[in-house]
Amino acid sequence: MRVPISWLHEHVVPELGLRELAFRLAMTGTEVDRIHHHGVDAVEHFVVGRVLTCEQHPDADRLKVCSVDVGAGEPQPIVCGAKNVAAGQTVAVARPGSVMPDGTKLKASKLRGVMSNGMICSEDELSLASDRAGGIYVFDAEHAPGTPLADVLPISDEVLELEITPNRPDCLGVYGVAREAHAATGAPLGPPPWQEDPGSAGPVDPALASVTVETERCLRFTARVFEDVTIAPSPLWLRARLLAAGQRPINNVVDITNYAMLLTGQPLHAFDLDRVAGGTLTVRDARAGETLTTLDGVERTLDPDVVLIEDADGPTSMAGVMGGERSEVEATTTRVLLEVATWDGPNINRTMAKFNLRSEAGARNEKGLAPEQALEAQAVATRLMLELTGAKLAPGTIDVGAATTETPTLRLRDARVTRLLGAPVERAESRRVLEALGFGVAETGEGLEVTVPSFRRNDVTREADVIEEVARLSALDTLPSTLPENRTLAAARLTPYQRGRRRAEDALVGLGLSEVAGWSFTNVETLAKLRVPDLPHVELLNPMSVAQAILRPTILGSLLDVAAHNVAHGAGELALFESAPVYKPGGEDGLADEHHALAALLHGPVAPGDWRSGAAPAADFFAVKGVLEHVLATLRVAVTYAPAEDAWPFLHPGRSAAVSAGEVRVGFVGEVHPAVAAAWDLPHTAAVFAVDLGKVLAAAPEVTTYADLTSFPSLRLDLAVVLDEAVPAARVLEVVRAAGGNRLADARVFDVYSGEQVGEGKRSLALHLEFRAADQTLTDADVQPARDKVVKKLASELGGELRG
Amino acid sequence: MQVLERIDELRSEAEQAVAAATDTAALEELRVRFLGRKAELPNLLRGVAQLEPAVRGQVGKAANQARQAVEALIEERVGALGTSELDAQLLADRVDVTLPGSPARPVGRLHLLTATRREIEDVFLGLGFSVVEGPEVDSVVNNFDKLNHDPAHPARSLSDTFYVSEDVVLRTHTSPMQVRSMELQPPPIAIIVPGRVYRRDSDATHTPQFHQVEGLWIDEDVTLADLKGVLLAFSRAIFGPDREVRLRPHFFPFTEPSVEVDVSCFQCGGTGALPRTGARCNLCKGTGWLEILGSGMVDPNVLAGVQANDYDPERWQGFAFGMGIERIAMLKHGFPDLRQLYDNDRRFLGQFG
Repeated sequence: MRVPISWLHEHVVPELGLRELAFRLAMTGTEVDRIHHHGVDAVEHFVVGRVLTCEQHPDADRLKVCSVDVGAGEPQPIVCGAKNVAAGQTVAVARPGSVMPDGTKLKASKLRGVMSNGMICSEDELSLASDRAGGIYVFDAEHAPGTPLADVLPISDEVLELEITPNRPDCLGVYGVAREAHAATGAPLGPPPWQEDPGSAGPVDPALASVTVETERCLRFTARVFEDVTIAPSPLWLRARLLAAGQRPINNVVDITNYAMLLTGQPLHAFDLDRVAGGTLTVRDARAGETLTTLDGVERTLDPDVVLIEDADGPTSMAGVMGGERSEVEATTTRVLLEVATWDGPNINRTMAKFNLRSEAGARNEKGLAPEQALEAQAVATRLMLELTGAKLAPGTIDVGAATTETPTLRLRDARVTRLLGAPVERAESRRVLEALGFGVAETGEGLEVTVPSFRRNDVTREADVIEEVARLSALDTLPSTLPENRTLAAARLTPYQRGRRRAEDALVGLGLSEVAGWSFTNVETLAKLRVPDLPHVELLNPMSVAQAILRPTILGSLLDVAAHNVAHGAGELALFESAPVYKPGGEDGLADEHHALAALLHGPVAPGDWRSGAAPAADFFAVKGVLEHVLATLRVAVTYAPAEDAWPFLHPGRSAAVSAGEVRVGFVGEVHPAVAAAWDLPHTAAVFAVDLGKVLAAAPEVTTYADLTSFPSLRLDLAVVLDEAVPAARVLEVVRAAGGNRLADARVFDVYSGEQVGEGKRSLALHLEFRAADQTLTDADVQPARDKVVKKLASELGGELRG
Repeated sequence: MQVLERIDELRSEAEQAVAAATDTAALEELRVRFLGRKAELPNLLRGVAQLEPAVRGQVGKAANQARQAVEALIEERVGALGTSELDAQLLADRVDVTLPGSPARPVGRLHLLTATRREIEDVFLGLGFSVVEGPEVDSVVNNFDKLNHDPAHPARSLSDTFYVSEDVVLRTHTSPMQVRSMELQPPPIAIIVPGRVYRRDSDATHTPQFHQVEGLWIDEDVTLADLKGVLLAFSRAIFGPDREVRLRPHFFPFTEPSVEVDVSCFQCGGTGALPRTGARCNLCKGTGWLEILGSGMVDPNVLAGVQANDYDPERWQGFAFGMGIERIAMLKHGFPDLRQLYDNDRRFLGQFG
């Protein structure tokens, strides 16, 4: 909402500088986006001039050399290119030093060899018109040369650009803003501009016009008929005011509707009554498939949720949003039907959203205006129609629908104010604020009884809403800062899951991995690149781009995207992780099935190069598995690994594993399939893991209980066993653990050898066994039976032979 | 007596040899030569029993004294020579301490968003808020209806909000967890909700996904002044101990009264001008204040709409706030374009966390 200060001052004149006023408005709830200057600047250089002589420029056909009386001193030579310039005219002169609306500063200069000490201005050069028609501006009235131009023309103004919150459509009108300024500063508020209505109530001669309303979405429809209208440009003051407020002047009738809307906040629409077929208007819900061409020239197909206005020949307007071409006011119009109606706000909002159509009228109507405002706008517009268009008003006002709505009263309890704000507000102060805002106020024992004005009816419906009015105008700036007393009887701390997540992330950071934050969005092309084109996923109805059309069902794509970005920017070795949600269809209540993924990617050397040990080995399956093992060990979660085979098509089938905690599969670890790595242009092997952190942490103990590991030393022994190389290490350890008895505390593989000494197709696994007893120090003899049993079982179950 | 002379002889011979020795290895040889199993002096001692009883004591004493003297002398020389040898060794072991450590270990870091989120979480934990999280794909009912959004509220439009179906959206704020939490837990309640949210907007200061922290405190007597105090404490923890906050009236559907909260600019100290040059502060654009979040007293309609636990708005009241983690990070660290957070360029990320 743009409010020219000169316009605001017509209704309220705060004794504050512009910036102070803007600050006070901002601090009471009317946000000021910026203050901008409209029109020319350095106004002292703009004066009224009289053209004394006007002669042809010696060297330019289109230029004239004028001598202009600018008041004090000698007449000034000014070169002018306008066709209509002539001796004897009273004109607007910009002298050197003037700043034009586009910011350029005028200097004395030679034009084709002739000195020009200024410029004779056209209307657009003074921001009094939106285009240049008719050459320089020539005064009708006499003004003495040298008169400051700003005294006789509105050439300069300051404009407040306000951001009006959606609950305050009353401030989408200058008078509403004036009321706010009055309440915020205490400056007196002028009477409402609709106080005197030249029009009258009562029926309008049905032979002139008639209106039928057939939908509940039109709350009130008023219309007045004007005859003998002369369409012409608006007077300069009106055009200047519209331009300062950001509206382009069209003609007197259209400008009057815009002016009345900007002043009152209530949209109006002017029909050319002679082009309203049958002189009848019907307001009704559209029929499915019906079409209408709106003023912007677009033909639109309607549905029953759209309200339209039709005449005897069919639809003419999309109600409350935009008029139709057919009955638009034009140069030849002589009879005008002026419509001011109140519409169902949400319906207008839906209609605009549906057709992607916004208008100043719609932006106000969608907020849900008060039916009372209709006649206020009629009053303002009627006065101007009579004054500016030569129109005669036909008696009466067509008025269909609810003329008034109940005025609600609300109580404002002093105690409630204190309880909600945490500081008291004097009752007299509350009263002053509310009265300034247009509320009716009466004293009661416990506080005030407040009557809500019609223009705030939708916004102020409860006591809390009234408290807000009092708070914003007289309590916020002095409110103390206190801390609430915590009565939840709960210590605030992270949940075990949240602590576990931090621990896991910190473990990865400690290993040198850097966290990234990928997009939740991806697209099916990415899934295809991951070789899982049919992975179920959640699709967006209205994505911003094709690249972000679905929610990611796997976190791998975004990790590869980040890897590719960094490789493309010169990074060789990468150690990344992400800790964030992924989304699958089929959650509860029709929502998504979301889980928190923890995933890592290694690419290239696992560490930076080193002056002592040279380049680090390249990341591979075991490098990333080591990272995962470290994280899981940090969380004290035991898992098993099984060959993944083809479970995850984006992984190397022979170098990938499913990770399970107990019976629950929690994720995968493996090298990225070479075809997938190539699709992301990764030059090295990428090794990844991804786990469902919720499932992992569900397997983590919240509290660990004591075991005596220190009273007696454990006994360690190593075995090397030669087996078929196809026997997985996990299977070997399974046999060892089963055979080792309850004193076997730990069994691990610490070396692997294959080569000539063990024979083709075989390999030797070096095993480390640790035995412990809670009540004694074990000797070799104590564990010999267990060792023998392990060796025997390895032989009988796996064909293993002890080596050496 | 010949034996006694021989003892003196051996003793002085050993003393000379020890004095002449230049390293600990030579001393070790001398120890063997004079005191070893086959050496003369110990053998003399061992042979004392065969001597005449009259001289036995005299010889034994002299031999023992000589042996102890030589032993002590060798020990002394070993100590002296050992120290200088160690010194020489240490000198020879010297390395270039300015070379990098080995093996080189890369430094991992948290993403700036995670680091900032944790910092915010920790401040509110200290102020008594628990941390809860909720789904990002949520119903229109939870995201808008139960938060008192007018059916015509523009935020509902397809141009502002991502829809999954007519009734399901990507949450546009963390506020749906207000209602979800109250339906799970009776009052009093004090929670924050960090998480990812979505809006259809993309430029230097908006990304279609971003992160918020929601706050909610409901009890019988939690006031707007309490909101101000909590956010003052927060601002001082995050932006420095000298910060002040101010409340500016605003409109949000789910709070009444609603306020935007500004914190005094930490770069210019709230003056709007840079201390050294007096130039206009570029961070707060000369206003002295930085907008950090929207908040207010929970709207009675929101409380009344809670489907469990009897949140009667006549009895229960409290505040809610919502801040952008990206905005806090951007203000604090001074990077110009939000989208960098999601480019994940390691040259950017490595500066934080």
